[in-house]
Amino acid sequence: MAEKERLDRQTIALRVAKEFQDGDVVNLGLGIPVLASNFVPAGREVIFHTENGALGFGEITLPGEGDLDLTNASGQPVHPQPGMSFFGQAESLAMMRGGHLDISVVGAFQVSEKGDLANWATLEKQLTIGGAMDLAEGAKRLIVAMSHTTREGQCRIVKECTYPLTALECVDLIITDIAVIEVTNQGLVLKEFAPGWTPEEVQALTEPALVIVPECQEMTLM
Amino acid sequence: MPINKIVGSFDEAVADFFDGATIMVGGFATVASCPSFLLQALARTGVKNLTSISNTGGFGPDIWAIQGYKVTEDIDILARNGMVKKVIVSAPASIMLENNLGRQIKAGEVEWERVPLGTLTERIRCAKAGIGAVYVPVGSGTVIQEGKETKVIDGKVHLLEYAIHADFALIKAHKADRWGNLTYRKATRTVNETMAGAARVTIVEVDEIVELGELDPEAIVTPGVYVDRVVQRPKDIDESIAKDEREVDSRVTESHRKFMETWKGKAKKEG
Repeated sequence: MAEKERLDRQTIALRVAKEFQDGDVVNLGLGIPVLASNFVPAGREVIFHTENGALGFGEITLPGEGDLDLTNASGQPVHPQPGMSFFGQAESLAMMRGGHLDISVVGAFQVSEKGDLANWATLEKQLTIGGAMDLAEGAKRLIVAMSHTTREGQCRIVKECTYPLTALECVDLIITDIAVIEVTNQGLVLKEFAPGWTPEEVQALTEPALVIVPECQEMTLM
Repeated sequence: MPINKIVGSFDEAVADFFDGATIMVGGFATVASCPSFLLQALARTGVKNLTSISNTGGFGPDIWAIQGYKVTEDIDILARNGMVKKVIVSAPASIMLENNLGRQIKAGEVEWERVPLGTLTERIRCAKAGIGAVYVPVGSGTVIQEGKETKVIDGKVHLLEYAIHADFALIKAHKADRWGNLTYRKATRTVNETMAGAARVTIVEVDEIVELGELDPEAIVTPGVYVDRVVQRPKDIDESIAKDEREVDSRVTESHRKFMETWKGKAKKEG
């Protein structure tokens, strides 16, 4: 099969941001997720949370601008905005673990068909846990944003995770560069596929069987 | 005698650290909330075999200098000087950039106790609050559960997580008075606030020491009861830091370039 065009990182982030509803409190993990803060639909009021201890801050500043005492968890300065609050890490993690965040978006190495998440370590590297396990435990809705396969073409959506687990049965939605897949009790439901792709082509790059519902459609990005 | 927790120098503040001590060190992803001057003073003592508790493993001063931070030393200074034998750290290394602690853990030179960020924070808070241990659901079914007592609470497996005690806590705050009352600036409370009072001795590095009564009681985040020693950073950071002529590590430059490209890509899209 010839290489088909996949969504780039920015476009995956744009699709992620479509999930944010008015009033949602949202935590964005490193990588693709953090880019989603720039694509919140106009007029929608979303409160962003960061592990280091802030809620309700604005967009990432331009490089070289901003206050270095006001950064997100990736260390990027963000704009202050009305309604913003500061707190310590204990409070911040309590919000995460205690189910006070509506949506967490995280990157992943693997997701299983039951929604098990592996996103803190590979088989070779086990050197950063951070808030990944706390987020996975506590988020009301956990969205994974990742590329559908590894660079070598291996499936990241698998029957059983082979990488070290972050948490069991925690993922609700998977948004990749070729598909949007919901984790349900009936299995993985293919909701959307990237422009130019077919459900069968997505299935071919997904280890577990996908449930293909009549509503399954091409991704709309705007 | 009036209460006075102010110490005249960073070296004096860490003079009683000893080989084999257990220390907590504040900070988060960036160097902004790190007790940088205290860490430098600690490195000068040359103590060894420390057990260190912190959020991250640090990346060293190069990465922070590139980003415009004036005070650039993070907890990497301990690994870089071979002062650590064990760490209890949530994110000792990053996928973005290799660091000294990551290398030492991989090489088996330093023992790493793995801990999720929230569990780390609560275990520190337990020590501060006089609680022996807490049941936490995070990490059940993962490597974090290995060897731990468990209990099913509300249908969920919880892990028994013990308090982490330490000899010293090194933290960073914004302002202090001579009683040790502390305020923080913007998003820099991080774990500093939790570590204050969690160790036998809490030592604070601040930007500014103010007169007793100047801090608004409603704005004090850490009451002085948790604090033992306070040291002020030099007033003029630019002049106090010796000009550093060393070459920036090329790996640091490269990883930072990639990071900035992602960041700029976003700006371009908007602009």
